[in-house]
Amino acid sequence: MRFKTTLSVVAPVVLALGLAACSGSDDGGSSGSTAAKPTNCTNKIVKEDAPRVLVWAWYPNMAKVVDNFNNQHTDVQVCWTNAGQGQDEYSKFQTAVSAKKGAPDVVMLEGDQLVGFEIQDALVDLVPYGANDVKKNFSEGAWKDVSQGDKVYAAPIDGGPMALIYRTDVFAKYGITKPPATWAEYAADAAKVKAAGGPPFGDFASNVPAVTTALMIQKGATPFQYDLSDKQNIGIKVDDQATKDVLNYWADLSTKKQIGKEDQFTTDYVAGMVGGKYATYVSAAWAPGYLTGAGVGNGSSKGKFAVAPLPQWDAASPVSVNWGGSAFAVTSQASDKAAAAKVALGLYADEASLTDGWKTQTIFPLNQTVLKSDDFVNAKVDFFSGQTANKDIYIPAENAYKGAVYSPFTVYYYAQLQAQIVKLNAGQTTGDKAATDLQAALVAYAKTQGFTIK
Amino acid sequence: MASIETPPTALSAGAVVPDTPAAPGGRRGSARRHWVGWFFIFPFLVVFLAFLVAPLVYAAYLSLYTKGLATGTTFAGIDNYKRAFTDPSFLHGLWFVLKFSLVVIPLQVLVALAAALLLDEIAGRLARVARLVIFLPYAIPVVLGSLMWGFLYSPSFGPIEQISTLFNVQAPFLLSQGNIFYGLLNVVTWQWAGYYMIIIYAALQGIDTSIYEAARTDGATARQIAFRIKIPLITPAMALILVFALIGTLQFFVEPKVLGPIANGTVTPDFTPNIYAVTLALQYAQFNYASAISFSLGFVVFVAVAIFMFVTRKRGSLFT
Repeated sequence: MRFKTTLSVVAPVVLALGLAACSGSDDGGSSGSTAAKPTNCTNKIVKEDAPRVLVWAWYPNMAKVVDNFNNQHTDVQVCWTNAGQGQDEYSKFQTAVSAKKGAPDVVMLEGDQLVGFEIQDALVDLVPYGANDVKKNFSEGAWKDVSQGDKVYAAPIDGGPMALIYRTDVFAKYGITKPPATWAEYAADAAKVKAAGGPPFGDFASNVPAVTTALMIQKGATPFQYDLSDKQNIGIKVDDQATKDVLNYWADLSTKKQIGKEDQFTTDYVAGMVGGKYATYVSAAWAPGYLTGAGVGNGSSKGKFAVAPLPQWDAASPVSVNWGGSAFAVTSQASDKAAAAKVALGLYADEASLTDGWKTQTIFPLNQTVLKSDDFVNAKVDFFSGQTANKDIYIPAENAYKGAVYSPFTVYYYAQLQAQIVKLNAGQTTGDKAATDLQAALVAYAKTQGFTIK
Repeated sequence: MASIETPPTALSAGAVVPDTPAAPGGRRGSARRHWVGWFFIFPFLVVFLAFLVAPLVYAAYLSLYTKGLATGTTFAGIDNYKRAFTDPSFLHGLWFVLKFSLVVIPLQVLVALAAALLLDEIAGRLARVARLVIFLPYAIPVVLGSLMWGFLYSPSFGPIEQISTLFNVQAPFLLSQGNIFYGLLNVVTWQWAGYYMIIIYAALQGIDTSIYEAARTDGATARQIAFRIKIPLITPAMALILVFALIGTLQFFVEPKVLGPIANGTVTPDFTPNIYAVTLALQYAQFNYASAISFSLGFVVFVAVAIFMFVTRKRGSLFT
């Protein structure tokens, strides 16, 4: 009885103390005299009294990049947070945009995400802040990908020209003397390796719908037609023959078990890459950096990788496609937009950072000075056992890349495509039906969002 | 599974409030008691209003509007609800959790009941250790439990794979499209059976042992005591855990969300209604429709629990 009484008196007090403690720390966080300065930085602030710009980014070498920027600037300092890679970050940013608070000042976005945030007025036009001064550093295509008409919504950093990464040991073991140049050869090689009891030749992963989209575009599909100046109208075409062909092609390989159907970037997948479970990896120029970071290409898998141009549908008229590549955008929630724009345009734009980025292969730089430098062009890439991958594969691919048009609901589109890939891998649908269903879902969604279908 | 800690809190709040009305004593005394009562529930009330009632009201308000990327926000009335109950994504998710409830709830209650009856029979240190071990999975946070099972199911690192390799057979991937139902069934039962076991066990401890003596004197066997005396006497506790389990399972979220990234896309954005609501809100920026989906799910849970209580109204005395 006595014990009970004590408890019931203590409990509210403890709770009240707890609440007080919470509100106390809250006050501490925002007690600055000026607008709240971000304090929770992953990096060291060099110049304490300079204005701080909060940046979200996930480049693996971001710590170095931020230090380079902060050491070179006294008028502004970057406060960096890794808010997750890709979709994880976009979800957080989207929530902050919807809540109208909580967004960083500068955010890293892939090219396919820009228009979805532009339409929500979440990003700031950088032209008044001097964006055109750095225009000369980039190719016309790269600049077009971050622009809408005269407006520029982000500073491009890296691109993702695609190529075919392959395991030299697996190729040698199963007697494949040269990497497949066409998708027909790719399928033939896949059948050959499978017949000899070899590992899956590649992977049709549901969680990289951007890759499948790129491959659809390679075959001649134009999934979306959209221009922000004509905000209400959108063209959607994902049930054309090219899309059906590509989906059928991969579903066929997957249901014959000639390729895997595991999601990428998981621990299991990385273990498979290390162990030679996949003979090829259809991926972008930045992939080796991420794979190296995950432990691929070291130890037992060292010196086992090489790269070849992306297989083509028609070897006579090759098409180059892109996966990923990111840019820095200033958010409309940034309190000091000039300072934020200075960061967006200057971060990862200095020579030291760019060099570190391309040497570790975490970025394929879009900055022309780097792209044309002898060092970059003639670099012998470690991951590919000294192959001059930039000169032979990636630079030609980047130069041939024509750009792509994305929809303002990329996240939704990817989720739907992902669901269809899962069904294709399970043999529950055909490429034709998947494309038709995808088209119907996207059209219905666009209508609920208030778009008119062109 | 979604938190089922909330219902007991709400029940205890309900228990506090009826105590406060004035007793037939002096006016001053009753007023003071009134004040003291409010003082004690004040901390709870603040949290309750700020973190439960206010968000609910706000979500209800949101659910009456619609926001299109191209059109902006407009008043929609009940359109979002009409859309929800014709949305194949929502209905698929709902169908999945209903199927899942029908299998997982009986399964985990049977496991819990069997364990509790056994533990009630035996005494000594072994019983105490066994009780702790069966309860232990519940003490592990759901996220960690799911991560652990993700490892066990892993086709590259998991023991299932390694054991199958010894026998030279291909291990089933328990998160593939055909198997994920069972893969999740296992995780959920493992996690929650111990918790239900403790509730049943506590109810069994509350039974007057002289009843057993009387039964034994009349020649009842241990099995007869279990089925004819113990189980009928603990039906209120059983009704309670069935309601908890039903509410929790219909709100199925954490396990599929955590296992999703390694399930090769099997856990779709509309896998369960709660996952669908979160995807809508946090990825597609459709907070309005997500609110409507949440309320629709709440409505379904409410109806399901009402049906359950109607069906069991004669047996369990707990809710009458």
